[in-house]
Amino acid sequence: MAVTLDQTIEHKQQNWLGGVLSGQTFWVLIAVVIACVFLSFATDSFATAKNLYNITRNVTFVAIIALGMTIVIITGGIDLSVGSVLCLCSMVVAVTMNAGYSIEVGIAASIAVALIVGGFNGVLIAYLGFPPFVVTLGMLSIARSLAMVASNNTVVFEFGPDHDKLLALGGGAWLFGIANPVLYMVVLALLTGFVLRWTRFGRYIFAIGGNEHAATLTGVPVRRIKVAVYMISALSAGVAGIIQTGWLGAVTTNLGAGMELQVIAAAVIGGANLAGGVGTAFGALIGAALIEIIRNSLGLLGINAFWQGAFIGGAIILAVLFDRIRNFRQSE
Amino acid sequence: MPSGGEARRLVAVLELTNISKHFGAIQAVNDVSFSLEPGQVVGLMGDNGAGKSTLVKMIAGNFRPSHGTLKLDGREIVMHRPVEARQHGIEIVHQDLALCNNLTAAANVFLGRELHRGVWPFRVLDYKTMYQRAGAIFKELKSETRPRDLVKQMSGGQRQAVAIGRTMLSEAKIVLMDEPTAAISVRQVAEVLNLIRHLRDRGIAVVLISHRMPDVFTVADRVIVMRRGRKVADKAIAASSPEEVTGLITGAIEQV
Repeated sequence: MAVTLDQTIEHKQQNWLGGVLSGQTFWVLIAVVIACVFLSFATDSFATAKNLYNITRNVTFVAIIALGMTIVIITGGIDLSVGSVLCLCSMVVAVTMNAGYSIEVGIAASIAVALIVGGFNGVLIAYLGFPPFVVTLGMLSIARSLAMVASNNTVVFEFGPDHDKLLALGGGAWLFGIANPVLYMVVLALLTGFVLRWTRFGRYIFAIGGNEHAATLTGVPVRRIKVAVYMISALSAGVAGIIQTGWLGAVTTNLGAGMELQVIAAAVIGGANLAGGVGTAFGALIGAALIEIIRNSLGLLGINAFWQGAFIGGAIILAVLFDRIRNFRQSE
Repeated sequence: MPSGGEARRLVAVLELTNISKHFGAIQAVNDVSFSLEPGQVVGLMGDNGAGKSTLVKMIAGNFRPSHGTLKLDGREIVMHRPVEARQHGIEIVHQDLALCNNLTAAANVFLGRELHRGVWPFRVLDYKTMYQRAGAIFKELKSETRPRDLVKQMSGGQRQAVAIGRTMLSEAKIVLMDEPTAAISVRQVAEVLNLIRHLRDRGIAVVLISHRMPDVFTVADRVIVMRRGRKVADKAIAASSPEEVTGLITGAIEQV
């Protein structure tokens, strides 16, 4: 039977299920579920309320920053400064409140610092053509140094008159016993997912990652969007920093050291492509969850903690391997 | 659709008068005048460095002419940015097509001109309408291109259809095509030439910049030849021949 032009144009190449099954995120999710089921049977302590509470809360800091990182990675960039920015923002909120200011002032100052740092990164990258790797590597060093300057390299654990409010913000569980950081993570993930899928801004982020030159030619404000993207990334680190300050109840200047690599790992495991153009908010959460479950389970199974890095590294390579296999199949 | 020259001669959609462009001491385009009529395909030919692309970039709003005037529908226009050319109804299909491989055909067609529905903050991309309109455009172009497919999975001809589809979103008056047939297979060249005919039939003036003599002689109504920044020929295809045009391009024939 002859196929008309109409039928060809209307034809959907993939159905909904096919789209889900071909995604890297889906397979990582399956891995997470299998790991959870296995651990529930293999150990007595995994499926306890206390352990699950711990896991979900531990996931959040990496996951929140991974949301911002995913957006940066989709544009084809990278942000190595997030761990240091987290530390700097934690320190700003801690030092400000320690000096007797209210929690509102502390958070506003911290967020302002995050936006300035992100804006600085973004302007250098978008308007002056610096490679993202170099700018954010520099900022990795600068931000941590500034955090040391701000606190004189001391531990801050007294947060002034609003001390208890800050601790409740990060350490409380205001809704159905779910840790507050988890709630923030879910809200931010939904917001990120919405922006990526349903707004023009999100569409432009993907377009820049796909073909920056084409985006420029078609009238996409590439530079402004890139600045915004690095500001969002720094903001996500700042928000995670504020929450983590409340949760820990103390800030040291080595907070978030090396975290950028965990965050990038989470984004990549969740399906973000470092070449740009691909990534999802849900993937960032799933990637962060897989990393945390690996860490948690090694402890519960009594495996030496030194093996942690090997397993997490293996997960990164394995996750991307699935993507490669699919690409090979497509190109054949 | 009038097929004879008489009816078309009435209105020029674009008129260039004594256009020159120099970059410092280099005279890229020197005193060029011509006009484009609706529903006409003009082949713009010339060797590398003859001034074709500088000329086209002036029409597309990338450069401002050093001298001379551009008139659109009889009114003089001055453009500072490519976006302004687009607002005037001048569309360009870039040589590299300027497509994002990671986006769908529809997303590429609407890139920079996305449709929305709802009110802020619930203003969201209108996927359904964009898929429908992109589908309608591909249907009109008689191209088997699916709006929901990713561009990276597409053939050269389909990619051309997506790039040309962009120009059909708005009521374009002029479409500039930069070497559309340079890097694709023979079968796909035929597809692209058909797309050009569809644009012409809609009453759009098409400027086809090409090195490929057969393509220009297949689809164009008129040929303009540039050499060393000057217009050396501007005549109906029927009154010319590939040999003559080759002579004009190389300089074996001075001027006609």
